Amino acid sequence: MAQANFRADVPVTVDEAKCIDGCTLCVDMCPLDSLAIHPETKKAYMHVDECWYCGPCAARCPVDAVTVNIPYLLR
Amino acid sequence: MEIPHVADRRHLECDVLVVGGGTAGTMAALTAARHGASVLIMEKAHVRHSGALAMGMDGVNNAVVPGKATPEDYVADITIANDGIINQRTIYQTATRGFEMVQRLESYGVKFEKDEHDEYAVRKVHRSGSYVLPMPEGKEVKKVLYRELRSRGVRAKVQMTNRVMPVRVLTENGRAVGAVGFDTRSGEFVTVAAGAVILAAGACGRLGLPASGYLYGTYENPTNAGDGYAMAYHAGAELSGIECFQINPLIKDYNGPACAYVANPFGGYTVNGEGNRFVDCDYWSGQMMAEVKREIDSSRGPIYLKLSHLPDATISEIEGILHTTERPTRGTFHAGRGTDYRERDIEMHISEIGLCSGHSSSGVWVDEHARTTVAGLYAAGDMACVPHNYMIGAFVYGDIAGEDAAAYAKGAARPELPEDQIAAAHELIYKPASNPDGPPQPQVEYKLRRFVNDYLQPPKTERHLSLGLEAFERMRTDIDQMGARTPHELMRCAEVTFIRDCAEMAARASMTRTESRWGLYHSRDDWPLQDDENWFCHLNLSKDSSSGEMRFDRRPVAPYIVPVPGFVRPDGVPDAAAPRAGELAAAWR
Ligand SMILES: Cc1cc2nc3c(=O)[nH]c(=O)nc-3n(C[C@H](O)[C@H](O)[C@H](O)COP(=O)(O)OP(=O)(O)OC[C@H]3O[C@@H](n4cnc5c(N)ncnc54)[C@H](O)[C@@H]3O)c2cc1C
Ligand code: SF4
Ligand code: SF4
Repeated sequence: MAQANFRADVPVTVDEAKCIDGCTLCVDMCPLDSLAIHPETKKAYMHVDECWYCGPCAARCPVDAVTVNIPYLLR
Repeated sequence: MEIPHVADRRHLECDVLVVGGGTAGTMAALTAARHGASVLIMEKAHVRHSGALAMGMDGVNNAVVPGKATPEDYVADITIANDGIINQRTIYQTATRGFEMVQRLESYGVKFEKDEHDEYAVRKVHRSGSYVLPMPEGKEVKKVLYRELRSRGVRAKVQMTNRVMPVRVLTENGRAVGAVGFDTRSGEFVTVAAGAVILAAGACGRLGLPASGYLYGTYENPTNAGDGYAMAYHAGAELSGIECFQINPLIKDYNGPACAYVANPFGGYTVNGEGNRFVDCDYWSGQMMAEVKREIDSSRGPIYLKLSHLPDATISEIEGILHTTERPTRGTFHAGRGTDYRERDIEMHISEIGLCSGHSSSGVWVDEHARTTVAGLYAAGDMACVPHNYMIGAFVYGDIAGEDAAAYAKGAARPELPEDQIAAAHELIYKPASNPDGPPQPQVEYKLRRFVNDYLQPPKTERHLSLGLEAFERMRTDIDQMGARTPHELMRCAEVTFIRDCAEMAARASMTRTESRWGLYHSRDDWPLQDDENWFCHLNLSKDSSSGEMRFDRRPVAPYIVPVPGFVRPDGVPDAAAPRAGELAAAWR
């Protein structure tokens, strides 16, 4: 199948300077499993554009590194 | 990704398997464990923040608190809201056991609003009775339940597997004996043998496409893709009222509740574009939704939730609820649009269609013991047909299912699991991984759900519904070709199959009921009148065991056990006596 890569604005951002190495809390809690730890930076990031803008990721982050924005199409 | 061989699997065993660790599922597990069963909760998310209560809830919509309302009032109210088509015995359970559930939740640490005399501060939103009980600290409810599941005593009896998603219930001789699924992170294949299975997988929230076009911008928690409906159907269970869709009035674009239940008691209400009220009762029903749609579509549209007339302090109080619990990003949304409740009223719209008995009445057919028509298979919560059951109903039915399933599992034989069904589920799960370059799930799902909008959104007609059916048949081919590269993508692909199954059920059920009923939920432009002579009955669907086709059966409405003032049963069936004490399963003690 012919394919193209798709660039998407994702709603959840992580302040890498704050994000603690070894922590996985937001990744563990996201109902949609949309967050992951980046293999290189070792920081949390949104790996798929799947989000209910519900907030457990931000609510559980011990250092307030997570910001939940409203998904672009709804904003 | 590598596809595991069908024999290469993690095998688990338990007395009671609970599929979905949301509202109903956590309560089912707690009660089953209390009754001595070993319990396994399989949750595709993480139990701590999964389901509708991921961030808590701002109130109980349907508590019958002694001294404030009677079970009889509630049963009558819900009977009328459902145009009389209801098994009152199921509703009666929610009515009579809801208060003990409130007290049980309180004993776990959930707080409910009390007035200055320390009485429950229930409010009136329904047509006649007062059943809405605010939860000022409602954001903690799932935390409290999770803590209870991890508490000493319970912990040893309840296993939880997070990120593991069953896709099929296994049956042997017409009895539920387990389930089969996979780990959505590692891709591992998983089978479970169980004495009884409780499905508590929530609504079918990813049926219609929200107007925004964002697949996950649904009213319901989008993890609830109709998994439970599809699993029950393929296990041979009956489903009922599927044609009675769920449609809600929501904040436009944000697509979450505003919500009149919160704002009403403070003096907020719904108005049209001319600033006039147009509904006399803000209780969500098919009738109300028909009025909402009419108003939006008219020159008086759009509609708004009006708060701007309220004093600043009151608005701050409302914000304190709406912006911290249930859907706490409401505040972020309004800030982004520059909407302040003090200056501008909130534009409202109607949601995409879904299936949900928590709000409407589409679900798996259950009796007052949460039993489905398949032995050893239970359903509770939004996916079980107990109309307008909401959160307290999900808790009550989780409790009932947990107790009954624990007793059932005790005496149940543990046969070998059926390998043919396991192989079929393996194929369903991993097929997209064998075709990694096939169309990706987001495109396939978008197309499928756009067809749902095009052809199933009320008002419905035979012509539209048949075009929808054709589209859903065509989508089988798209789904066959769909490609996935990771276990996460496999999860989304399996969900697309559930959505397709639900779309087909919704189209066929809507075609079969040749009348209009339940306001907007089943409004048929080609059959505009309610036809009590032919259709005062439940419409149940199931998978025919010999042909494998979808079949429909009419079930008569059981005699009422509670008289409904002002409502004459069109079939003339006389009322029966209310259940005697002890006749229904005992409530939690
Ligand atoms: C935004 C919103 C606001 C609401 N507000 C109120 C209110 O104020 N008052 C009120 O009384 N009611 C309210 N309700 C309704 C109430 O929350 C629901 O009726 C109730 O929580 C449903 O419980 P449930 O257990 O059926 O579903 P959920 O609590 O959603 O649980 C379903 C669980 O199943 C899991 N699951 C799904 N599929 C699978 C699978 N294949 N394998 C494993 N796990 C799976 C999901 O991840 C989820 O955890 C609201 C609902 C929503 C969505
Ligand atoms: S807002 Fe919800 S769905 Fe989105 S990333 Fe956070 S936890 Fe996940
Ligand atoms: S919870 Fe916060 S600190 Fe932990 S991984 Fe996520 S962003 Fe990093």
